[in-house]
Amino acid sequence: MRYSYYPGCSLHSTGKEYGLSVEVVCQALGIELKELFDWSCCGATSAHSTNFKLSVALPARNLVKAEQQGLDVMIPCAACFNRFKSAQYHLAADPDLQKEISETLATPYRGGVAVRSPIDIFHRDFGLENLAARVSRKLEGLKPVSYYGCLWLRPAEVCNFEDPENPVMLDEIVDSLGAESRKWSFKTDCCGGSLTISRTELVENMVGRLMRMAREAGANCIVTACPLCMANLDMRARPEEELPVFYFTELMALAMGLEEAKGWFKLHCIDPRPLLNSLDLL
Amino acid sequence: MKSFLDEVNRRVNGVLLQNCFHCYKCSSGCPMADAMEYNSNQMIRMAQLGQKEKLLKSSAIWLCVSCETCVTRCPNNVDIPRMIDVFREMALEEGYPPAEKGVIAFHESFLNTVKLNGRINEPIMIASYKLKTGSYFQDLVVGLKMLLKGKLSLFSPRTRNRTSVRRIFRRTSRS
Ligand code: SF4
Ligand code: SF4
Repeated sequence: MRYSYYPGCSLHSTGKEYGLSVEVVCQALGIELKELFDWSCCGATSAHSTNFKLSVALPARNLVKAEQQGLDVMIPCAACFNRFKSAQYHLAADPDLQKEISETLATPYRGGVAVRSPIDIFHRDFGLENLAARVSRKLEGLKPVSYYGCLWLRPAEVCNFEDPENPVMLDEIVDSLGAESRKWSFKTDCCGGSLTISRTELVENMVGRLMRMAREAGANCIVTACPLCMANLDMRARPEEELPVFYFTELMALAMGLEEAKGWFKLHCIDPRPLLNSLDLL
Repeated sequence: MKSFLDEVNRRVNGVLLQNCFHCYKCSSGCPMADAMEYNSNQMIRMAQLGQKEKLLKSSAIWLCVSCETCVTRCPNNVDIPRMIDVFREMALEEGYPPAEKGVIAFHESFLNTVKLNGRINEPIMIASYKLKTGSYFQDLVVGLKMLLKGKLSLFSPRTRNRTSVRRIFRRTSRS
């Protein structure tokens, strides 16, 4: 299995342990990643909030590179995934826009590359049974709620991913690692996204609610697949409400017994090591 | 003459806002409804009534986090987040005084960093945001923690062909 790989800006900074864990897990599973050559930022919320054409052209620059590499592109960041999908959607729907963007890029945009989530690649392409077979240490006692947030799922016809109200692949992945995922009604609620810097108090309230609801569902941790959700949950929770938060790929690495995993947990603001130690998982 | 509603519909380029039958489903699920002075179906009604100024001056258009819950649940597929993006673009184009200065300062800092480096370098972006807003002490502790953990680096790799990124900014620029 080979894919182009678009890490995006977060995976080199605040989402460092996500980038590292995706790469290590893929290597261990024999999934080959080829980083997109000289990629650039997708523009994130800031582009689409202020300039529609910019918000299409920035991902399109990278999509053209993926076309040139001739491989479907794996994007671990939910926000980048959403911007790429949205650009593809608008470009496919509007030939005039496609022409204009090609001129903007000075390279023709053709389309035809699939934008893929690692959730989906591990779950569907690699397969849950194969994954379970690679587990050397079951994550017994870990009770995560899976938290998707917004950007993998919505709008459904753009993301074309899972059921936008009740996605389950993340739950099934962590269960196949021997953890015991808990059901809750907040897996697709919003974390507050980029308002975290300009309107911090609003985000603290949203994160607080997610943490309380996770606890109420009997969870002892939260699992996510988005560096923005992670940043908000991990940095904006009030001390009395904190629960450890993991990237799902960190848990995969841990269950697969990959040594590197142990080095990532100290990068979290909410230290998950006491929980992992108490379950004898470290 | 084209009405405000026509112009918004043209730019949204999807389901007409007239299709909203004000069932309130969008606003009920909106995580920002509490913080907004007008919630999503009110904004649609205001657009239908041509209340351009009130809309473009509002905080609400800047507080929407584009979570896309509303459009996902709307029985008529009215694309509210896209409509709100259109309001934001119009407000900037026509020079309406922004009700949420911090939000706009964030977007400007973010995009300037991309224009300069091709990618986001968080310390540079945050420094630029702080210069714009004067909020020097907010998040200092979190920022220091991140620096110490080695998550923020002043020298993260940039896109090599920055000319091609700048070309995109130049070609899509409004002015
Ligand atoms: S959900 Fe759709 S139809 Fe109902 S009020 Fe909102 S926009 Fe209108
Ligand atoms: S996209 Fe904006 S208006 Fe729609 S539900 Fe989310 S925050 Fe509310």
